Amino acid sequence: MAVQEPPIKVNRLGLTRDDYKGRASTLCKGCGHDSISQRIISVAYDLNLDPTHLIKVSGIGCSSKTPAYFINQSHGFNGLHGRMPSMATGAVLANRTLTALGVSGDGDAMSIGLGQFIHMVRRNVPMVFIVENNGVYGLTKGQFSATADLDQELKYAGRNELPPIDVCHEALVADCGFIGRSFAGDPRQVEALLKAALSHRGTAILDIISPCVTFNDHDDSTKSYAYGKAHEQIISDFGFVAPQEEITVDYDPGTTADVTMHDGSHVRLRKLDEKHDPRNRDAAMRVLEEAHIKQEFITGLIYINEERPALTEIERLPATPLAFLPPEKTRPSREALAKVMQEL
Amino acid sequence: MGTSTQARPTAHDAFGSPVGVNNFSIIAATVNGSGSQTANNAIARALFKMGIPTTGKNLFPSNIQGLPTWYIIRISREGYIGRRENAEVLIAMNRATADEDISKVPSGGVVIYPTEWKLSESRDDVTYYALPVQQLAKASGASAKMLSYVANMAYVGALVTLLGIDINEIDAALMHHFGGKRKAVDLNMGVVKAAAEYCQQNITKRDPFKVERMNATAGKVLIDGNSAGGLGTCFGGFTFAAWYPITPSTSLVDALTDYAKELRVEPDGTHTYAIVQAEDEIAAIGMITGAGWAGARAMTSTSGPGISLMTEYAGLAYFTEIPVVIWDIMRMGPSTGLPTRVSQGDVLMVYFLGHGDTKQIVLLPSNMQECFACGWQSFDLAERLQTPVFVLSDLDLGMNTWMSDPLEYPDTPMDRGKVLSAAQLDAAKGFNRYEDVDGDGIGYRTVPGTESKYAAYFTRGSGHNKYAQYTERADEWEANLDRLHRKHEYARTIVPKPVIDEVAGATVGIIAYGSTDQSMPEARKFLADRGVKTSYMRIRALPTTAEIHDFIQRYPRLYVVENNYDGQMRKILQMEVPERAKDLVQISKCDGLPLSSEWIATSILKKESK
Ligand SMILES: Cc1ncc(C[n+]2csc(CCOP(=O)(O)OP(=O)(O)O)c2C)c(N)n1
Ligand code: SF4
Ligand SMILES: [Mg+2]
Repeated sequence: MAVQEPPIKVNRLGLTRDDYKGRASTLCKGCGHDSISQRIISVAYDLNLDPTHLIKVSGIGCSSKTPAYFINQSHGFNGLHGRMPSMATGAVLANRTLTALGVSGDGDAMSIGLGQFIHMVRRNVPMVFIVENNGVYGLTKGQFSATADLDQELKYAGRNELPPIDVCHEALVADCGFIGRSFAGDPRQVEALLKAALSHRGTAILDIISPCVTFNDHDDSTKSYAYGKAHEQIISDFGFVAPQEEITVDYDPGTTADVTMHDGSHVRLRKLDEKHDPRNRDAAMRVLEEAHIKQEFITGLIYINEERPALTEIERLPATPLAFLPPEKTRPSREALAKVMQEL
Repeated sequence: MGTSTQARPTAHDAFGSPVGVNNFSIIAATVNGSGSQTANNAIARALFKMGIPTTGKNLFPSNIQGLPTWYIIRISREGYIGRRENAEVLIAMNRATADEDISKVPSGGVVIYPTEWKLSESRDDVTYYALPVQQLAKASGASAKMLSYVANMAYVGALVTLLGIDINEIDAALMHHFGGKRKAVDLNMGVVKAAAEYCQQNITKRDPFKVERMNATAGKVLIDGNSAGGLGTCFGGFTFAAWYPITPSTSLVDALTDYAKELRVEPDGTHTYAIVQAEDEIAAIGMITGAGWAGARAMTSTSGPGISLMTEYAGLAYFTEIPVVIWDIMRMGPSTGLPTRVSQGDVLMVYFLGHGDTKQIVLLPSNMQECFACGWQSFDLAERLQTPVFVLSDLDLGMNTWMSDPLEYPDTPMDRGKVLSAAQLDAAKGFNRYEDVDGDGIGYRTVPGTESKYAAYFTRGSGHNKYAQYTERADEWEANLDRLHRKHEYARTIVPKPVIDEVAGATVGIIAYGSTDQSMPEARKFLADRGVKTSYMRIRALPTTAEIHDFIQRYPRLYVVENNYDGQMRKILQMEVPERAKDLVQISKCDGLPLSSEWIATSILKKESK
């Protein structure tokens, strides 16, 4: 009797989870970045993301290499150190139907790329921008990055005598409408944040602590697995409800609230009475400030606000992507030139 | 106005033509920010509309208000447009520079100055005319705020009478300038008329300079290169532009923005383009690289300092083979240099822009029609070759007013290059991004959003093989460079060819490019009159084409004329045709001004008479 093959699971697009995989990673075994790549693969599969309308963009660094390690069926662009936001800006304007997923590092986004980071947020470029934050420059072998903790010591880099730049804080100051922090060792939360972020209208910033096992994974490092596991304080409890899913009323009034996302999905905030309300910008600012002073490792959805239009909404773009407009739409007529000549 | 009582003997220009009727230059020396540009443009436009070949050049400071500025209008019945060393008619409106301005007027020239200065008229070989500028301006009834602006109209009125400019053409020019706003025109015309009448009644003309109607500008237009370039970009089907303000490039994007609003808005109000003011030039080129990668016709415009910042991305776009268009409106470097003065100083930098073995495609427009043509041809070339295309214009081309034949509608359909559709991909079941299928070094590309599971590939600045996979293998790396080299060789065959004017019996070949071309007809005539027959080749693009090599091989002596210190194009030609390196002679100058016909001609003549 023939053995029945177990049915291959496919999502609504008929794609398997394997269809969302990339090439084999070349990062160090155990690198936090690889586990984030796995989360991206799962989320893309779960959300039925169409790979042909997804672009993967990155700068330079170990973290920025990872777009090659997930979703092979999407176009990817591993660009310049710190300058991915501008490239992504051009791409989403050229084709407004694309979903952009950016992967950056703490060096890429907070040192060489801090200017482009802020301007991307200011423009509200529609994209998810993940900072795979390990407190060091992995690819150049372990120098301190601008997110390293004050007074931290590393064998190679010595003592860090400067205070860190906080990714979420920078994003909030620049008026970002979706800010989350998580930990590569907390897959459930990373996935929940990713799903919600992909539904956000503009720039969504995810600051994900992603241990560098080679250069910064000592137990006393705040960017290590051990520290993260021991100290993570989840400040907001939320769930993601995809557009097609039914919203069931199962909460105590006053402790739960839904934020309607631009694409019709919902982010359900829970236990608001106990903890942080991510809809409150002042509260978000305070939470970040306190965590900074007390050196606490807070994670979760820090801020959410769907009001500000994305850059692609402001630019009066036609329905057809600019990249696909036919010449009849983009080259004015002979008569139009004659008229301009007449007016000179 | 009285009749000429003591007319001086007729003077000649450096080329032996008598100066006087329709052959002289006017220089207006004013203070920056005083609104003299309206006056100067009105004069130039009125002369042009009188059918007289006219060109205007603005020599302005890097300053918003207060520093000296000069505007030179050349009137040439023979139709020459290059800069001349001398301007016979000085309008001295800037006290701070007046002494030096007056000292530069050639013997026999004219000085018009404000009566209020109480100037001692110390030169006896020039004619002075005093004009009560302040009094005329005040009499116009203009508000205190407008007073200094309308004061400039006094010298416009003076020229109406003294040179014989048709006052109706001044009126029409002002109507054009003020977009038909009669009230603004009337305020200015009040001063023009008052000054014209004042001169008729109080000044006896004692100089030979006059204008007379001709029919030499019929069908021609007045335009600046940045407007032509912006318009060309618009007709080139640009869909994305990103930029950061910098003189002298800003007005190109301004023109593009204006024309796009006029020509590229759909009935439903949507735009068939996006223009983003970036936070700096790195972001500007980053944006167009992302847009070009995603399939847009993307461009930016900048000047030398911006090019410096764009270097890393230019190398990335070259190596990842992404079509983008970058205009460099050259100004004087190094560093901030002379930001409002012209130079052709970025040629070497741009041709090799990027680290590693980078060779870029460079277009070199020489006139208004070519500035327009570069606007659309650059996109066709960039998409055909899948590479950045640089357009090297300069401040003189970009910001000055040129007389031109009407700009010509693109004569070829858009070339979007080798882009695979979803159907093609599904049929072929895949593609290899960097494989040289056709032998021209150019692979096939796909853009994101193409709905085929075979469409995607990974773009990276790091080592890649023909499948667009990461590689550090020596053979694959070299194979890729070999293909890029083949692509560059192919580019030689499709970039614009040089324009060559071969003269029988000439043993001298002159080579020039860009704005330097404007002075060549006059310089060559000067040389021919002195027995030096010259053939002429104007280079229109890099890499060099076969025609360029042939021309260089044909002439025993070759002069490469350019507006920079080091003779940058000469160096490139010496590399390209090393066996003729010694015979390529550098004729270059770098003083912030367009090269004058006289300087070019006499520099070559000197070498030839050795
Ligand atoms: C212009 C430029 N300067 C320097 C470098 C060298 N470089 C490569 S990666 C890197 C730091 C990457 O750090 P991070 O973004 O934190 O990524 P990680 O490797 O830690 O994931 C640097 C400095 C470069 N590639 N480009
Ligand atoms: S060096 Fe660090 S960041 Fe880079 S791959 Fe290894 S563990 Fe990851
Ligand atoms: Mg890092």
